[in-house]
Amino acid sequence: MSAASDPLLDVRGLSLDFGSPRGRIHALRNVSLEVGAGRVVGIVGESGCGKSTLAYSIIGLLAANAEVVGGEIVFSGRNLIGLPDSEMRALRGREMSMIFQDPMTALNPVQTIGAQMLAIQYRDAVPTREKRRRAVEMLAKVGIPDPESRLKAYPHQFSGGMRQRICIAMALLVNPSLIIADEPTTALDATLEVQIVELLKDLQKDMGCSILFVSHHLGTVAELCDDVVVMYAGEVVERGSVRDIFHAPSHPYTEALLECDPGRIRQKTRELPTIPGDVPNLIDVPDGCIFRSRCPKAFDRCAREAPAPRRVSGGHEASCHLLDELAEAAP
Amino acid sequence: MSTAEDSGGTRRKTVGDGAFMQHLRQLSRDQLGMLGLILVLLIVLGAIFADWIVPYDPLKIYAGPRLAPPSWEHWFGTDQLGRDVLSRVIAGGRVALQVAIATLAAALSVGLLLGLIAGYGPRWLDNALLLLFDAVRSFPIIIFALAVVTLIGPSLYTVILVVAITSIPNYARIVRTQTQAMRTNEFILAERAMGAGPARILAIHILPNVIGPLLILASMDVPLVISVEAGLSFLGMGVKPPTPSWGTILNDGYSYIRNSPWPVIAGGIPIILVTLGFTFLGEALRDIFDPKLRKDL
Repeated sequence: MSAASDPLLDVRGLSLDFGSPRGRIHALRNVSLEVGAGRVVGIVGESGCGKSTLAYSIIGLLAANAEVVGGEIVFSGRNLIGLPDSEMRALRGREMSMIFQDPMTALNPVQTIGAQMLAIQYRDAVPTREKRRRAVEMLAKVGIPDPESRLKAYPHQFSGGMRQRICIAMALLVNPSLIIADEPTTALDATLEVQIVELLKDLQKDMGCSILFVSHHLGTVAELCDDVVVMYAGEVVERGSVRDIFHAPSHPYTEALLECDPGRIRQKTRELPTIPGDVPNLIDVPDGCIFRSRCPKAFDRCAREAPAPRRVSGGHEASCHLLDELAEAAP
Repeated sequence: MSTAEDSGGTRRKTVGDGAFMQHLRQLSRDQLGMLGLILVLLIVLGAIFADWIVPYDPLKIYAGPRLAPPSWEHWFGTDQLGRDVLSRVIAGGRVALQVAIATLAAALSVGLLLGLIAGYGPRWLDNALLLLFDAVRSFPIIIFALAVVTLIGPSLYTVILVVAITSIPNYARIVRTQTQAMRTNEFILAERAMGAGPARILAIHILPNVIGPLLILASMDVPLVISVEAGLSFLGMGVKPPTPSWGTILNDGYSYIRNSPWPVIAGGIPIILVTLGFTFLGEALRDIFDPKLRKDL
């Protein structure tokens, strides 16, 4: 493989534990994913499946009790695991930046947004006038009306949607090659969600950066992303292009997730469908397939061995024994 | 381009003035706050211009008869050495404010620094500093002061040192708690995601969020400092005679309280007024800067 086709971000077999009083929580187990240059990759899964942990481990902002126990995170040809703090810091806000879940708390309440937008450019040796011009330009790009005068406004003078636009502007201001978006639309209402997704889509096309988009909303992922990674209880159970995942889901968990998506329900119902059962305990991870206890199609082999990722087609992979059965049934 | 910059600059200035005027207007609606402001201004101006407004030299003995009652010549009477009590009260205000300002400046800056370190630094450092704060706080302030005075002798600087050391933990603890509350904020995480180091985060993001409440707290602590100074001087452990201090005025006066109570009254009233003034002003400021406590909403 030539260097040009290497992905921008390549997570290989990442395993991560959290220390807790009750024992080590194996929060990520053997997680692999790739983000190509200029691609938008979505991570979907239930709450607590490790989506955000994965995102934070990439940008190196994990809690103090987290410990990477295996695997590597290769970004632009460099392994980020074990990189000294100073080098990691130099990477953040240059090569990668992040958009957070709650725009109401992601901005400093006592500083004007202009001051904050100028402050994040502190590493650039350009005159303040130039930094100011860039900030205004970026605010205009994310759709803030009258950006020049809005620089002097404080965060509380903006609505939630506007603040998320400002956060996006700040993340893009440093012109990163990777943006990690941790559920950037979860705290917003449905109308704003559509607007923000559209904005991200346009800006991504415009600036050509890659986006790692963490979400539990399948609709926005389908709308925005090129590739999708489905996570369950700290493992990647299926990954592939948006088409593959949404039109030909190959893992029972993905199927179940899609059935629960309110956007896909055709029948009138009083209760939204859920996946029965609970996520397994991640301190003593059970043997066999991790989804076994909740899987409607589980059979004896699922309890015996954990399924390895199996190629379905092209870049579409899923970790399920059923794929073997299918392959044997139809040779 | 430069004109755009200039207009931006002046506009920002007017916005700042607007905010200041707005706060002043809010203060003017708070009657107790206004009373506090007037009292504080009176005492501060009195201390600054003490040399010009004292009717007599506060150190001059036999400026009048001994222990004279209030009269047109001596508004607050004279003490046992015939010194003019009004002049001594005014001059004493200067000592009180000197002690207050020096003490609070020292306590604030050291407390702020230690609090930021404890709040943002590693756990073991936090625990070590907390232990230190608790050790200092466990001493009763007067006993601690007496011990220090016995060691290094009474003077204005001893008073400043003692009160500063004993108030550092109060400020440091508040800064530490605030810092810990701030550091979990998402905008701090966002700033770290932008590659900022601890020094940058503390200076640009946490300090401005912490300093406001801290200054208000300090203004409410002024009376405490002043009364400790007066207390130490009263016990003869503070300002050395003949330098006038409200504490020494009380000390001089209390032996003669049965026959001529005015030195004691004159020395006690400013302590009461300064306490009321700074407390009212501090409470009004707290209400203004904390919108959740604002009554007019």
